[in-house]
Amino acid sequence: MEQTQSLWQFMRQESGKLLQQTFEHIGLTFISLLIAIVIGVPLGIYITHRRRAAGAVLGSAGILQTIPSIALLGFMIPLLGIGPLPAITALFLYALLPIIRNTYTGINGVDPLVKEAAVAMGMTRRQRLFKVELPLAFPVIMAGIRTATVINVGVGTLAAYIAAGGLGEFIFGGIALNNTNMILAGAIPAALLAILLDFLLSLVQKMGRGKRRTMLWALPFIFLLFSSFYVLPLGYSSRLLAGFTPEFMGRSDGDIGLRVVYGLKIRTVVISDAVMYKAAFEKKLDVISGYSTDGRLKTYDLLTLDDDKKIFPPYYAAPVIRQEILEKYTMLAPVLNKLAGHINDSIMTELNYKVEHLGQTPEKCARDFLIKEGLYKDPAPTVEGTIRLGSKIFPEQYILINMYAMLIRGYTGLHVDTKTGLGGTKICFEALVNNRIDMYPEYTGTALLAILHPQTEDVHRLGGDRDSVYNYVKGHFVKEYGLTWLDPIGFNNAYALMMRRSQAQQLGIRTISDLAIYLKKNKL
Amino acid sequence: MIEVNNITKTFDGHTAVDNVSFTVEEGETLVLLGRSGSGKTTLLKMINRLIEPGSGEIRINGRSTQDGSPEELRKKIGYVFQNTGLFPHYTIAGNIAIVPRLLGWDKEKIRKRTYLLMEKLGLPATYLSSYPHQLSGGQQQRVGLARALAADPPILLMDEPFGALDPITRVSLQKDFKELDELKSKTIILVTHDVQEAFELADRICLMDKGRVIQAGEPRELLSHPADGYVKDFFDDQRFLLEVKMMDPLDHDALIDAFNHFKNRGN
Repeated sequence: MEQTQSLWQFMRQESGKLLQQTFEHIGLTFISLLIAIVIGVPLGIYITHRRRAAGAVLGSAGILQTIPSIALLGFMIPLLGIGPLPAITALFLYALLPIIRNTYTGINGVDPLVKEAAVAMGMTRRQRLFKVELPLAFPVIMAGIRTATVINVGVGTLAAYIAAGGLGEFIFGGIALNNTNMILAGAIPAALLAILLDFLLSLVQKMGRGKRRTMLWALPFIFLLFSSFYVLPLGYSSRLLAGFTPEFMGRSDGDIGLRVVYGLKIRTVVISDAVMYKAAFEKKLDVISGYSTDGRLKTYDLLTLDDDKKIFPPYYAAPVIRQEILEKYTMLAPVLNKLAGHINDSIMTELNYKVEHLGQTPEKCARDFLIKEGLYKDPAPTVEGTIRLGSKIFPEQYILINMYAMLIRGYTGLHVDTKTGLGGTKICFEALVNNRIDMYPEYTGTALLAILHPQTEDVHRLGGDRDSVYNYVKGHFVKEYGLTWLDPIGFNNAYALMMRRSQAQQLGIRTISDLAIYLKKNKL
Repeated sequence: MIEVNNITKTFDGHTAVDNVSFTVEEGETLVLLGRSGSGKTTLLKMINRLIEPGSGEIRINGRSTQDGSPEELRKKIGYVFQNTGLFPHYTIAGNIAIVPRLLGWDKEKIRKRTYLLMEKLGLPATYLSSYPHQLSGGQQQRVGLARALAADPPILLMDEPFGALDPITRVSLQKDFKELDELKSKTIILVTHDVQEAFELADRICLMDKGRVIQAGEPRELLSHPADGYVKDFFDDQRFLLEVKMMDPLDHDALIDAFNHFKNRGN
């Protein structure tokens, strides 16, 4: 009961955002649907007369359908950038197949005798289409439109990854922040929306001929009305455009901190970190919320703005391990601690760059580094016992997990089982607590804000101090979860605001305060 | 008057209709009789260009059917299908009004015509707002006939119009068909494989086989002077009934002749 109550509270508290996101979502769905109908239905009609084209058209639309939605959005970025245009294009492509196919099937499914009778009555091709074929195919075409609508509502959540808004902002923010209420606040309305739209369209599908005629006139207007719900999430206008991740938008040290502490007023869109850096490089965005050790910093020549008022807590990485494993294999802790002190921010950035940009495997990158540091040893004779290593789904974690696997094999002879790509914080942490893995690398700031959720005063008391945050999370993890934090590896993968180096230099911006002042002075 | 001159139609090397010629006089009912695959339906469909003729020429009142658009041609020719071909999404009234609407008749004229046809074909006016699937097969076929007659075309093409009906319904519909004054003045070409039906309805019969006309003439003529063995064999099974049908009921001698003929053949 407490869960539902607090979900309700969350939704009420965020009702403004929720409403905006819902409207954006409806808008996105209907704009793309409208375009898909305008193009798909005539195309479906056309291929009923051109058998040879039918295979090609249905085949290509079918291939489009099989492209994973996140990949399709990825393809769109180099072509169309970020924002509504690629999102609508991707949704349109997804909606196309069911509409073309059902139009084609519907018209072909009309009784050939009825079609021949229409010819024998002296109807022209056009009259046959509008008086016989389309009306008889209508329920099938409508079924296609319903399918497309439901697909669009679902895929539409991914629009939040490329700065196009929608209910995905809550869903992905919630996943990143381990905030179930936030996930549900996005997921439940999205599901209800799909059910509701499907139901309403099913009513249209089953309408009698007389009512249907009225409806067919009204429908384009209703679609246009819904489409107009999509207004860009502008907030306020400013000279520069910021793209923040859903996670950054929702956390106290993110967007909220920027506004409260720095008084930063910047036009903001929500975007996935997967495309954010490139979008900044391509001048689609000016300011982004990146991670300070990300290899793409180097790839795209981005500059980290100095957090001069210290709102971003430290994110020092360290292995988090189950206590009983440490007790069972006493030789393990010293081995895992060998990495401590060897990797600072710029080394980690360099390693990430090698994997992300130069395309090295994380394994090679890890081995080269260990050899260079004189830490590498060939696998020792095997002994009984297995350590299960987990990692989140980004290169830095892959590199670290490979290093740990090599160290364990080289120094202890224990068997290593790696489970990489466990999604985000929530999945890794749950896996660890539920004894599915034995350790994974975690960051102090993430543990503090996304797992422990301390009182705001406690966060303030800790300030941005490296050691006090580390000791706080270490103490609480042992007490609450029976998990131990080993020594920090050395680098701080904190949140940071980043700009293109050239632009930052041109505008004379080095710190976040500089940015805030620049924006204040250059209001639109 | 319909003139069919040297019509041939080939599908993928198979000759469906092979150099056929005949003439149908105004007000006459011509029956194209033959087994399935004899080319009779293909021939019928070439008259209103549902199928385009391969070679040869069809003239209606002296004018080639190839002059002008097929749509204009078809609107002047009523067409009745074996399985009705009614539009399932139109009411009975809507189905009957299809061609008059295409011709741009005004509403009142269409309404009057519809009521008249319903009455003549023995269909209650309450059916007008029903949909085809709510009617029996026989009733649907009557609606199909009403639809073909709606714009009062001078020509009617009928493709096995009674073929899908049960025997009792068929006989009752054939009877009505013969008595319907609307049809008296029409030039009709009717396709059937049913010998009894052909003799019942035809002014003249064209017996077809393998795409060719074997013999054309009045029913009596086909029976008494068969052109060849095929024609003779075609009617043999039912010769007695057909001869009785052709007979003047008061001519006793002829009746006995026919009976003896039938008896001897049987042994």
